[in-house]
Amino acid sequence: MSTENGLKSGSNLEKILKAGHFAFTGELGPPRGTDAAVIREKAAFLKGNVDAVNITDNQTAMVRMSSWAACLLLLQEGLEPNYQMVCRDRNRLAMQSDILGASALGIRNILCLSGDHQKFGDHPQAKGVFDIDSMQLIGMIKQMRDEGTFLSGAEIAAPPKLFIGAAANPFADPFEWRVFRLEKKITAGADFIQTQCIYNMKKFKEWLSLADDMGLTEKTRILAGVTPMKSVGMARYMQSNVPGMDVPEEIVKRLQGVGKGKVAEEGIKIACEQIEELKEMKGVAGVHLMAIEWEHKVPEITERAGMLPRPTID
Amino acid sequence: MIVAKRKPFEEIKKMLEGYKRVLNVGCGTCVSVCLAGGEKEVAVLNAEIDMVRRLEKDPVELGELTVERQCDREYLAQLDDKVDDYDAIVSMACGVGVQFLAERFPHIPVFPAVDTCGLAVNLSVGRYAERCRSCNDCILGLTGGICPVTMCAKGLYNGPCGGSHKGSCEIGADQPCAWNQIYERLSRQNRLDDIRKLTPAAEWKDQVPRTLIQPGYEKL
Ligand code: SF4
Ligand code: SF4
Repeated sequence: MSTENGLKSGSNLEKILKAGHFAFTGELGPPRGTDAAVIREKAAFLKGNVDAVNITDNQTAMVRMSSWAACLLLLQEGLEPNYQMVCRDRNRLAMQSDILGASALGIRNILCLSGDHQKFGDHPQAKGVFDIDSMQLIGMIKQMRDEGTFLSGAEIAAPPKLFIGAAANPFADPFEWRVFRLEKKITAGADFIQTQCIYNMKKFKEWLSLADDMGLTEKTRILAGVTPMKSVGMARYMQSNVPGMDVPEEIVKRLQGVGKGKVAEEGIKIACEQIEELKEMKGVAGVHLMAIEWEHKVPEITERAGMLPRPTID
Repeated sequence: MIVAKRKPFEEIKKMLEGYKRVLNVGCGTCVSVCLAGGEKEVAVLNAEIDMVRRLEKDPVELGELTVERQCDREYLAQLDDKVDDYDAIVSMACGVGVQFLAERFPHIPVFPAVDTCGLAVNLSVGRYAERCRSCNDCILGLTGGICPVTMCAKGLYNGPCGGSHKGSCEIGADQPCAWNQIYERLSRQNRLDDIRKLTPAAEWKDQVPRTLIQPGYEKL
């Protein structure tokens, strides 16, 4: 079931991708407190520079303001949110009710994730829910939207309208299985994909070409993940401590090579070069920029990467 | 088998505060095999309690008895004429045994002396690893004989997640990624097609207390 104009959700992101533009999305982490101003300040840097903004859901298993609430604040600021939902913190009842609420509030994009294990966060003793997994979450939302029924099969009065996203990590193992997992997510109902941050471009291209061979790049829209490195320490940390991250030594070396005070600039330079390269790549429909706690740099990166002005579609 | 671990002594001691005659009941089956609550462990715990309570000038009269299985009525019957000599019972059986004992003697407080950890295999003497969460809807046929409900840290039905790294789970290098193992085993058996299909959401069958009646025993 799609809307009259052939759109599934009518989100800006959906329209941009449908029109064949190269999409550019950003990310914003809600605060560990109630200050809405924090979100408004971060949003100001993103406004006009990105097509949609991912709002993380208790990222790295740390308690934060709820994703849907932060999405609503973003909507009030005139930006389009991409509501992230993890399977770690809620069961199918809570998920479906939040999905209805999100759609009622005007949220039109959702990204389905498993979620980092609770062990990494500030409540490592919490019970992980994982009632359903990210694959099943994608399928559940598609069912709610397209069939107008809950997971149980009961009818929904006024089903949600959502553009369904999923994550893909080309750098996780086993590598050969990653495209099949992508295929599975597409079959389940993923309209778009956002990838893990890319540092190992060679491996990413390998994955992309496998996906392309299987015809998957035609069946969904892949947004490539980019995160600028702020420091050598961050690069080292991501290299050894962040699950599923692949930071080749040459990236660290390049950052080290530029000397004190210039590392952040080099990090941005690398990110811009990556975006330039991704723009030309067959099968890449856009870039997802995750400038973690670096939102104020987004206008500069967007400008330098040639991503402005962002297209507007009615 | 069911595996369990002896509770820290301080915790057991605290539960027994104020009781003067305590019967310690071991179990000769699973917890005996996994070295947590058999005859030997009963003797060790009693010796510890005895010594500490003497030192604290609060002696306690201790009894000990290890039955074949605390989860079986037949074996609990031998306690019937003994328990009234005591004002508390310590059970070194798994949680099932503790409850069955408490149910049989509702007038006497029963305290657990072990923490029940799960359904596990014996890796080598003293080392056990969990393998099943008794979900009541076994999917091992689909997953190459490796249980994702138990062995995957997120209990995923459609893994591996994006945290799988060089054969390890995202929770740590020491923990193998169950879905990586499933992938490898199915790949060797040419059965990857089984996990290419979406496994639908589980219909949890362990959300209410379960009673099992085997066919043919309905009326007993
Ligand atoms: S799927 Fe796993 S938890 Fe469920 S019965 Fe089988 S082995 Fe046990
Ligand atoms: S890394 Fe593997 S075992 Fe760990 S949570 Fe992910 S799929 Fe499960």
